[in-house]
Amino acid sequence: MWGILRRSAVDGGGFSASSLRRTRFSLVSARSYAAGSKEMTVRDALNSAIDEEMSADPKVFVMGEEVGQYQGAYKITKGLLEKYGPERVYDTPITEAGFTGIGVGAAYAGLKPVVEFMTFNFSMQAIDHIINSAAKSNYMSAGQINVPIVFRGPNGAAAGVGAQHSQCYAAWYASVPGLKVLAPYSAEDARGLLKAAIRDPDPVVFLENELLYGESFPISEEALDSSFCLPIGKAKIEREGKDVTITTFSKMVGFALKAAEKLAEEGISAEVINLRSIRPLDRATINASVRKTSRLVTVEEGFPQHGVCAEICASVVEESFSYLDAPVERIAGADVPMPYAANLERLALPQVEDIVRAAKRACYRSK
Amino acid sequence: MAMWFARSRNLVSILRQNLGLSATLIKRNHSSPRPVFTNYQLSSRVFLDPSTSFRHESTAVETQPDLVQQSDHEDDAQELDFPGGKVGYTSEMKFIPESSSRRIPCYRVLNEHGKIISDSDFIPVSEKLAVRMYEQMATLQVMDHIFYEAQRQGRISFYLTSVGEEAINIASAAALSPEDVVLPQYREPGVLLWRGFTLEEFANQCFGNKADYGKGRQMPIHYGSNQHNYFTVSSPIATQLPQAAGVGYALKMEKKNACAVTFIGDGGTSEGDFHAGLNFAAVMEAPVVFICRNNGWAISTHISEQFRSDGIVVKGQAYGIRSIRVDGNDALAVYSAVRSAREMAVTEQRPVLIEAMTYRVGHHSTSDDSTKYREADEIQYWKMSRNPVNRFKKWVEDNGWWSEEDESKLRSSTRKQLLQAIQAAEKWEKQPLTELFNDVYDVKTKNLEEQEVGLKALVEKQPQDYPTGFHI
Repeated sequence: MWGILRRSAVDGGGFSASSLRRTRFSLVSARSYAAGSKEMTVRDALNSAIDEEMSADPKVFVMGEEVGQYQGAYKITKGLLEKYGPERVYDTPITEAGFTGIGVGAAYAGLKPVVEFMTFNFSMQAIDHIINSAAKSNYMSAGQINVPIVFRGPNGAAAGVGAQHSQCYAAWYASVPGLKVLAPYSAEDARGLLKAAIRDPDPVVFLENELLYGESFPISEEALDSSFCLPIGKAKIEREGKDVTITTFSKMVGFALKAAEKLAEEGISAEVINLRSIRPLDRATINASVRKTSRLVTVEEGFPQHGVCAEICASVVEESFSYLDAPVERIAGADVPMPYAANLERLALPQVEDIVRAAKRACYRSK
Repeated sequence: MAMWFARSRNLVSILRQNLGLSATLIKRNHSSPRPVFTNYQLSSRVFLDPSTSFRHESTAVETQPDLVQQSDHEDDAQELDFPGGKVGYTSEMKFIPESSSRRIPCYRVLNEHGKIISDSDFIPVSEKLAVRMYEQMATLQVMDHIFYEAQRQGRISFYLTSVGEEAINIASAAALSPEDVVLPQYREPGVLLWRGFTLEEFANQCFGNKADYGKGRQMPIHYGSNQHNYFTVSSPIATQLPQAAGVGYALKMEKKNACAVTFIGDGGTSEGDFHAGLNFAAVMEAPVVFICRNNGWAISTHISEQFRSDGIVVKGQAYGIRSIRVDGNDALAVYSAVRSAREMAVTEQRPVLIEAMTYRVGHHSTSDDSTKYREADEIQYWKMSRNPVNRFKKWVEDNGWWSEEDESKLRSSTRKQLLQAIQAAEKWEKQPLTELFNDVYDVKTKNLEEQEVGLKALVEKQPQDYPTGFHI
C-alpha cells in the first residue's frame, strides 16, 4: 500500500512565465520508492475523471464547442470522442445560450450532461439558463425537477488574453443558492472534485484555470482509483502554520504556497488553506484556522468588490471576531477590466510579493 | 445534332460564320432570367468546351439547367462545390424578396359556422373524444373566468388567462400521448387540465398552500407536475425552447417512443433562445414539436412591431424544419396538425414547427389592462365572432353529441366545483417553515441546516413577531 510520498523540486513548467516550483520535504528519499510516486497534469486529471465517470454511468455525456473532433479547445476531452462516440461527446454549434439550455433540458429529462464553456467569460451568454433554470428548478418545482448538470471550463486570468477572456466568476456563481461552485488547484483536486461534481445530483459550476492545465502535481494511488472522490464543501489545509492564515483557491494556492516559503524565511509560519469549494464555503475550517492564528489574509484573482474574499472576511468577523488580532487583509485583482499588455496584466493580478506584504502587515511586521 | 462550341463570344461568332449554324447557337443573354437554352428550340444538349475541338453528340433535352453554363467564364466548368454542398450558379443578380407575394396559407377544417369544409384533410375524431375535448375547452373557460375574478378580489396575487386559445390548449393536448414531455410557456394550462390535473390542484398552486405540489415556491399559474409529464412553468421567455431540444435529445438517446412538445408565443420568437432551440433541434435531429401560439400581441407589442417576416411558419425552413401554419381557433385542425407533427417527430426523429394563428382575447395577465393599447371593438369581435369554443360547439352539437342541457349542467357544476376548490384552497394552511430550506439542493448543505436551526429557535423565542398560525 503506497503512502503519499513527497518529491523534491517538482517543476510544473506550464504556460505562465512564473512556473510553479514546489519543494516538499521528502520523508524518505524518492529514489528508493521511485517506482511508486506518480505525477499527473491537471489536464490529464480532468480527462481521466470525465472518462471514468462516462464509463461508469451511461447517462453522463459531454457537450461543448470543439469537445469532440478537435479533442477539446484545451484538450481536456482528448480521446473521448473516439471512445464514446458522437452521441455522448457532442460538438455544439456556437450558442452558449443554446447548448446550456439543451444541457439543462437533458438534465431535466434524466441525463447527466457535462457542459464545457470555452471560458467562463462566455458563460455570461448562457447565464440565464444557469441561474434561472439550473440553479432554481429544484427549489421552484419542490424537488420534482432536479438538474444533475456540471458546467465546467477555464475561469479567471490566463496570459495576455485581455478583458473579455480574463474575468473570474467565482463570486458571481457562488452567490446563487442552488448552485455548488468548486475550484480545484492540484491534479488530485481536479480528479476528486470533478468526479464528485459529476456524481452530484445538483447543478455544479466547476471553475478550472487555463494556466494550471499543464502543471504537474504528485498524485497518490488512492487518487488514481476510479472510485476516488473528494467531498464537496471541505477545504484543504495545504500547509500548516501558526502565525497567519492565508485562504485562497485555484491558481492563487500556488502563489500562497510560495509566499509561505518566503514568510518562513522571515520567521512567519503561514497556514495556507485551499478552499476547493466556494459554495458551500467551508467556514468551519477557515474559522478554526483563524482562531488558531488570529490573523487572516484572504486572496483571490477576481475583482475586489463583492468578491469571495469579502464573504470570507464577513464570515470571520461574524464568527471569530474576538480571536482576531489584526484587521483582515484582502488581496484581489485590480478593480479594472484586465489589460492586455504584459506589464499591466502583471500589475492587475495578485503576485507572491503582495501576499507576503499583506501577511507581514497582518503580523505587524511592516506598514 | 449538337456541336461543341468554344466559350468565347468571338469564337462562337467565328464558328457561326464558319459552320453556318443558325438555330443551335448559344447566345449569352443578359436580360433573360431563364436558362438560355430554353429560349431556343434545342433538340440537343450543348456543352461549352474550352478546347477548340468539336465533338458531335446527340442527346435529348434534359432539364438540368444548373449544368448548362450561361456565362462565358472558364470557372463555370468547375465543380460547384462549397462547404455545405453543391449549389448552382446564376449570372443574374437577383435578390430573394423580403416577402413572398402570397402569405403561407392557414390549414383549417371547420369554417366559422362549425361546418367541415368539403374536401378537408383531417384525422377523424370520435364522439367520445370530441365531447371530452369540448367539455375541457368549456371547463378551461370557466376556470379562467373564476380564477381571474378571484385575483380581482385579492384572493390570489396573480393570474393569466388563456381566453381565445382554448382550442390550441385542448386540441394539442388531445393529439399527444401521455409520455410526450411538455415544456409549456405559460398560457397552456389546458394541456395540464387534459392530462388530469384537477381543479383543486390548480387552486392549490395558485394559493401556494400546503397541498401545492410546488410547495408554495412559485407564483400562481406556474404549474408543474412530473406525474403528468408537464415541466414547471418558468418565467423567463423562450428558455424552454433549447431545453425542449435537450429533452428531445434525451428521449432520442434512450430510444423512447415519445417526443418533447414545447409552446411559445409570437413575442417569444424574438428571443435568442428561439434561434438556438430550433437550430439545435434540427442539427441534433431531436424529436421536438415546437408550437407557436401567434395570438397577435406580446403584452402591448403588436406583431407588426415584433417581426417583419410572414409570421413564424416561414422561419422553420430557415432552420431546416418542416413547418405548418394552422388556424389555432379550429380545434379539429389543431388536433390533426399536432397529431401528424407528433408522429413525424417520433418516427422520423426530427423537429416540427406549428404556427397556430389565434387571438389573445384576455389581457396579458391580471397586471395588464389591454384596453389601453387596443380597441375594445377588436377584443369584442374576436371574443364573440371568432370564438373557438363556440365554433367547436356548433360542430359537436350538429353531430348530435351535445345539447344545451349538457351545456348548462357542465358550466354550473364546473363553476360550483371551482368555487369550492378556491374556498378550500384558501383555507388550507400554508407550508411549514422547514420547507423554506428544502430542495435548494438535493441534500441540505451545512449552512442551510444551521440557518434552519437558527430560524426555528428565533420563532420559538419571539412568537409575537410571527403571524398567528405560523408553524414550524
